[in-house]
Amino acid sequence: MSNTSFKNRDIISIKDLSNEEINTLFSYAKKMIPYAKGEKHLKTLEGRILSTLFFEPSTRTRLSFESAMNRLGGRVIGFADAGGTSIKKGESLTDTIRMADAYSDAIVIRHHQEGSARLAAEFATHPVINAGDGAGQHPTQCLLDLFTIVTEKKTIHGKHVVLLGDLKYGRTVHSLAYALARFKAQLTLVSPETLRMPKEVIEECREQNVEPVSTTSLEKAIKDADVLYVTRIQRERFPDESEYKRVAGTYKIDLELLKQAKEDLIIMHPLPRVTEIDPAVDKTHHALYFKQAFNGIPVRMALLSLILGGRKP
Amino acid sequence: MKELKITPIKNGTVIDHITPGCAIKVLHILGIPAGTSSVVSVAMNVTGKSGKKDIVKVENRELDPRELNKIALIAPKATINIIRDYEVVKKQNVVLPDEIIGTVKCPNPTCVSNANEPIESRFRVISKDPPRIRCYYCEREPDDIQTLI
Repeated sequence: MSNTSFKNRDIISIKDLSNEEINTLFSYAKKMIPYAKGEKHLKTLEGRILSTLFFEPSTRTRLSFESAMNRLGGRVIGFADAGGTSIKKGESLTDTIRMADAYSDAIVIRHHQEGSARLAAEFATHPVINAGDGAGQHPTQCLLDLFTIVTEKKTIHGKHVVLLGDLKYGRTVHSLAYALARFKAQLTLVSPETLRMPKEVIEECREQNVEPVSTTSLEKAIKDADVLYVTRIQRERFPDESEYKRVAGTYKIDLELLKQAKEDLIIMHPLPRVTEIDPAVDKTHHALYFKQAFNGIPVRMALLSLILGGRKP
Repeated sequence: MKELKITPIKNGTVIDHITPGCAIKVLHILGIPAGTSSVVSVAMNVTGKSGKKDIVKVENRELDPRELNKIALIAPKATINIIRDYEVVKKQNVVLPDEIIGTVKCPNPTCVSNANEPIESRFRVISKDPPRIRCYYCEREPDDIQTLI
């Protein structure tokens, strides 16, 4: 696999990358860890500019992209709130993208409309990275999740991964389920009946010869799980407040539940969490979610470096 | 002598082998009855060599490619016969292209193709028979294509 296959590529969906390309990226990301921690220093993207266009709120994704670009010696321009931009004057997304394209070498975009990053990639001459398009795709979250599992469990193949919570509206679990199936994990999907995984995602897993097991019982599913991937039930994605109230707080990970889990179970969460993981769990060796969030830096450093043609560390 | 259910036409288009029950949809695609003065004949549930089918005949009109794409979405086995002076001068099967642009509106209200941006709707055809399409932008697959037409 040549590094040049990434050069100037748009990353809109995890489907844009082959398993081989993902493995190449991960071998780069591993090398980036001491640079991501600030223990070593790089200037491989010196003189390059990244636009971060965040039309929707973000803590981890925006900060980790900005940190990643800074750690590589590059600079960042952009906004964290569209309120101060010409969007408020009625400017189209397309024209905003044209401007960012003229001012920078790559664009990271988060926008509430599904397909917005694909649209941006059509109009930008520079590479576009999707940092979340509404309930659609969030490929770099998927990459850092896969990277975390590979780093902790050595392989994804054959590992039993339980995806828990809001599987209907949660964008991270859709692309993650598909990607895990591509890497041949065993999947169990645990959610309230009303928040089950969409049938097209299940169908995509089947196309990879993986048959996910769906259940509402976390107690049963956790017993032989290697990875428990917890998601927040997202109030902002519900069309109806009463539907949200019916399912909020259905599942809670606490020390009592973990007595039934395997010794080497790892618990992941894309964050932010609300009440679904008891803070007492943070101190256990099962809790991987903060390390997972850190992994966003080396993974995004590797991706930016490969896309923008930075030298190898 | 075999009785003809619909009489031949002098000039125009005969759409044959339409999925039974879909003739009305085909008329809708062609904008009939509004905006046409053509004579239109419809036969539904006609028994043909390979089972039941619908047939639509439209006099003095030949179809454009966008209309053919839409017909292919609801009746993938349909054939189009162009008639000139009572003779079939061209016969073709409808064929779904690999992409359908500007023909079908994405049913996802939060898809960027429904926003005020300078783009046309765009779908990738993931199965030709039965027809299945996926939005190029939001990657959603509509449940019922017929309702989008």
